[in-house]
Amino acid sequence: MVTSNHSTNTNNHLSKLKNFTYKYIYLVIILIFVVALTILSPHFFSYNNFINIFRQVSVNFILGVALTYVIITAGIDLSVGSILAFAGVTAGLFLRTGGNFIVAILIALLIGSICGLINGVLVAKAKLAPFIATLGMMSIARGLALVVTSGNSITIDNANYTFLGSGNIYSIPMPVIIAIIVLIISSFILRKTWFGRYLYAIGGSHEASRLSGIKVDKLIIFTYTISGFLSGVAAVVLTARLWSAPPIAGQGYELDAIAAAVIGGASLMGGKGKILGTLYGAMVIGIIRNGLNLLGVSSFLQQVVIGVIIILAVFLDKMRNKNE
Amino acid sequence: MAKVLQMKNISKFFPGVKALDNVDFSLDSGEIHVLAGENGAGKSTLIKILSGAYQKSEGEIFLHGQKVEINNPIKAKKLGINVIYQELELALNMTVMENIFLGKLPLSNRAFGTVDFNKIYQETKNILNKLGLDFTPNALVGDLRVADQQMVEIAKALLGNPEILIMDEPTSSLCDSEIERLFTVMNDLKKADKSIIFISHRMEELWEVGDKISILRSGKMITTESLDEIDENGVTTAMVGKEIKNKFPKQKLNIGDEVLKVENLSSNKGIKNISFKVNAGEILGISGLVGSGRTEILRAIFGADKIEEGEIYIKSKRVKINSPNDAVKYGIGLIPEDRKQQGLVLDLNVKDNITLSILKKLAKSGVLNEKKMKEVSKEYIDKLSIKTPNMNFKSKLLSGGNQQKVVLAKWLCAKSNVFLFDEPTRGIDVGAKVEVYELMIELAKNGAAIIMVSSEMPEILNMSDRILVMHEGEITGKFKAEDAKAENILNCAMGGELSGNK
Ligand SMILES: Nc1ncnc2c1ncn2[C@@H]1O[C@H](COP(=O)(O)OP(=O)(O)OP(=O)(O)O)[C@@H](O)[C@H]1O
Ligand SMILES: [Mg+2]
Repeated sequence: MVTSNHSTNTNNHLSKLKNFTYKYIYLVIILIFVVALTILSPHFFSYNNFINIFRQVSVNFILGVALTYVIITAGIDLSVGSILAFAGVTAGLFLRTGGNFIVAILIALLIGSICGLINGVLVAKAKLAPFIATLGMMSIARGLALVVTSGNSITIDNANYTFLGSGNIYSIPMPVIIAIIVLIISSFILRKTWFGRYLYAIGGSHEASRLSGIKVDKLIIFTYTISGFLSGVAAVVLTARLWSAPPIAGQGYELDAIAAAVIGGASLMGGKGKILGTLYGAMVIGIIRNGLNLLGVSSFLQQVVIGVIIILAVFLDKMRNKNE
Repeated sequence: MAKVLQMKNISKFFPGVKALDNVDFSLDSGEIHVLAGENGAGKSTLIKILSGAYQKSEGEIFLHGQKVEINNPIKAKKLGINVIYQELELALNMTVMENIFLGKLPLSNRAFGTVDFNKIYQETKNILNKLGLDFTPNALVGDLRVADQQMVEIAKALLGNPEILIMDEPTSSLCDSEIERLFTVMNDLKKADKSIIFISHRMEELWEVGDKISILRSGKMITTESLDEIDENGVTTAMVGKEIKNKFPKQKLNIGDEVLKVENLSSNKGIKNISFKVNAGEILGISGLVGSGRTEILRAIFGADKIEEGEIYIKSKRVKINSPNDAVKYGIGLIPEDRKQQGLVLDLNVKDNITLSILKKLAKSGVLNEKKMKEVSKEYIDKLSIKTPNMNFKSKLLSGGNQQKVVLAKWLCAKSNVFLFDEPTRGIDVGAKVEVYELMIELAKNGAAIIMVSSEMPEILNMSDRILVMHEGEITGKFKAEDAKAENILNCAMGGELSGNK
C-alpha cells in the first residue's frame, strides 16, 4: 500500500516536472545553451558579453516583431531588410545635410511606413500573394537605397542620432531599451486590443472574418504598414549603432526575422504567433551566434548550425503543442 | 446474422470532456445501422475511434470475434473499414479521379513511378456512372458544388470495397434526388452483405434506409432497437431525454412595418431582377434547388457579393451596401450555409467568436473589454444552451450543432434586426432544431425580419409566413404560407409556371 502510494507520488512529480518543462520550454532551452556555452567558453558568461548579445539581438527582434504581425494574418514580408536599408540611407542623407536628428528619425519611420503601406495595398487590394508583393518590394527598396547613395555608405556623425544606437541609459544600451519598448507596445496590442484579436481572426479565416463585418482589407494594409514602420525603427537603431548607413545593410535579415517568429511559435498558416515567442526565437539565434563566435567557429559552419537550430526549435514547438 | 463488429465498454475522455462513457455497439453483416443522438452526444467520436482517427481511452473492439487494436486510419482501411467524415476531406486543387485514388494510385511503370491515368480515369468514370454523377473524372474538386464534393467523398469511400462503411451525415448537403441515389447505392451494398453505419439528423430518412438504430445521449448508449419497433417520437424522446411535442413551434405574430425591401436586385453571381420585402415579425422562406441562387440573394444583401443593379431599402430608407461591414452596420446578420469556413473562425475560442463582430464596439479606446466579452458570451451561451466546457474552448472542437448556435449568438449579441439564415438547421439535432425555431420566433416577436433559405420542405412550409421560390437566379413563385403546397413549390423550383397568389 505504502509503496504504491509512493510510486504514484513520484509519478506525479515526474508529470509535474514534465508539465513545467513544457510550459517554460523557452527558458529551459535557453538555460541549456547558456550553461553549455559557459562551460565551453570562458568569455561567454560575463555582463559585458550579455549586454553585447542583447544589443545584437535587438535589431533582429524588432524585425521579428514586424514579421510576427504579418505572419499572424497568414502573410509574409520579405522586404523588411531592404526597407531597413532604404529608410536608413534616407535618414543618413538628411543628416548629412545638417538636418535635425528628430526629423531624420521621423523620415526613416515615414519611409518605412510608406513602403509597408504599398505592400499592404498590393496584398489587400490588388490581391497579390504576399510572397510576391513583398519580394518585389524587397528588390525595389534595395534598389532605391543603392540608387540614392550611388552604392556608397553614408557616414553619420550626428551625436544625438548615434546615441540611439551606441548610447546607454543607466548602462543599458539604447538598442535594448528601444527593443523593450517595442516588446511592451507590440505585445500589448496583440493581446489586449481589438486590432490584435482581429488579426488572429483574419489569420484563422479571412472569409469568416469578412462575413462577420471585419474590414479585413483595411486591417491587412495596416498590418503591412506596421511591418514597414518597424523596419524603419530597426533602421534607426542599426545605422545609429554603426555610425553609418550602408545601402547594403540588412541583407538577409528578413530570413532571421522569419526564423525568430517561427521558432517563437508563429505559424505560416496564420492565426498563431506571440511577441514573447519571437523574443525567445531572436534570443536563441543571438546566443548561438555569439557562442559560436566566441568558440571561433567559422561563419560558414555557423550557418549550418543556425539552420539545424531553426529546424530543431520548430520541431520541439510542434511536440509541445501536441502535448498541450 | 453474423456479428461483424462489436465494440465493448468504449470510453473516450478529452481534457474536461467525457465524450463516450462505457458504450456498447455491434453491427451485423448486411445491416444499415443508424447512429443517432443530439449534437455533441458522441456519434462522431465513436466512429472516429472505429476508424483509427481517435484512440479509445477504455474498452475493446472485436471484428468477426477477433480482438483488434485500431491505432490509425491506415490500419482501419486494412481491416476493411472506410469512413465518409462529416467534414469533407478532399484535396480541392486536385481532380476528382486523383482524389478518389489518393493513397492508392495504380502505377503504369513501377521503376519510374508513373501513374496509370487511363486506368483511374476509367474506374472513376464507372463509379461516377454508378452514382449517377454527371461531372468528368478530370474536373477539379474545388470547382464542384458542395453536394458534388460530398458525392466524390462517397465515391472515394466505395472504392476500397470496404466491409464496413461509415457515413457521418452524408446527406446534410445533398438534395432529394441525390439522396435517393445514395440510398440506392446503400441498398446495393447491403445486398452484397456489407455493413453500414449511418449518421443523420434528418429524421424522416432514418426509416427509409435504416434497419436498426442506436441512440447516444451525453456519451452514453441509451438504446439499440430495430427501426420497425420504434417511431419518430420514440427516437426523439430517447435522444433528447424528453418528449418533443411540437416540432415546428410557429406562431401567428403581428406583422409590423416594412424592415427590408429589395428592388430589381442583380449580382455578379447570377441572380437577376429580384424584388421582395420583409416586414418586422415576419419569416420569409426561400425555396429552390441547390444552385438556384438562394444563397446568392443573401450574399448580395449582405454585401458579400457585388451588387450590379437594384436597390436595397432598410426601414424605407435607401442604403448602399458595398461590404459585409456596411451590412452589419445596418443591423443585418448572415448565418451562412458553410458554418465551418464562413461562420466561425475555428481556431478562436467560443467567447471570441460570439463577440467577433462587436469586439471593436466593446473595446474602450482600442483596448479589449474582456470582462464585458465574458458577460456577453455567458449570456448567450446560457440563452442558447450552447454545450461547451467553458467559453475559452476552441470552436473547432465543438459539435456541429453547437457551432451553429455560436454563429447565431454572434448576430444576437450584435443586436441585428435582419437575420439571413442559410440552411439554419443543417446538421442540427431535433432538439436543437426546435430551439433554433424558437429562437427565430423569439427574434420575430422582437420585431426582427427574417429570411430563411432552406432545402427542407417541412421547414419551409411550417416556419415561413411567405415563401419565395427560385429557379436559375430568378424568382419563379411567391406564396403565402397558408396557400403553399409542396408540389406547387417543387413545380416552381423546376422552372414551372409562376403560380400562387402574391
Ligand atoms: N478533439 C476534441 N477535444 C476535446 N473535446 C472534443 C474533441 N472532439 C470532440 N469533443 C467533444 O466531445 C463531445 C462529442 O462530440 P462529437 O463530435 O462526437 O458529437 P456528435 O455526436 O458527432 O455531434 P454532431 O451531431 O453535432 O456532429 C462534444 O462535447 C465535443 O465538444
Ligand atoms: Mg458529428
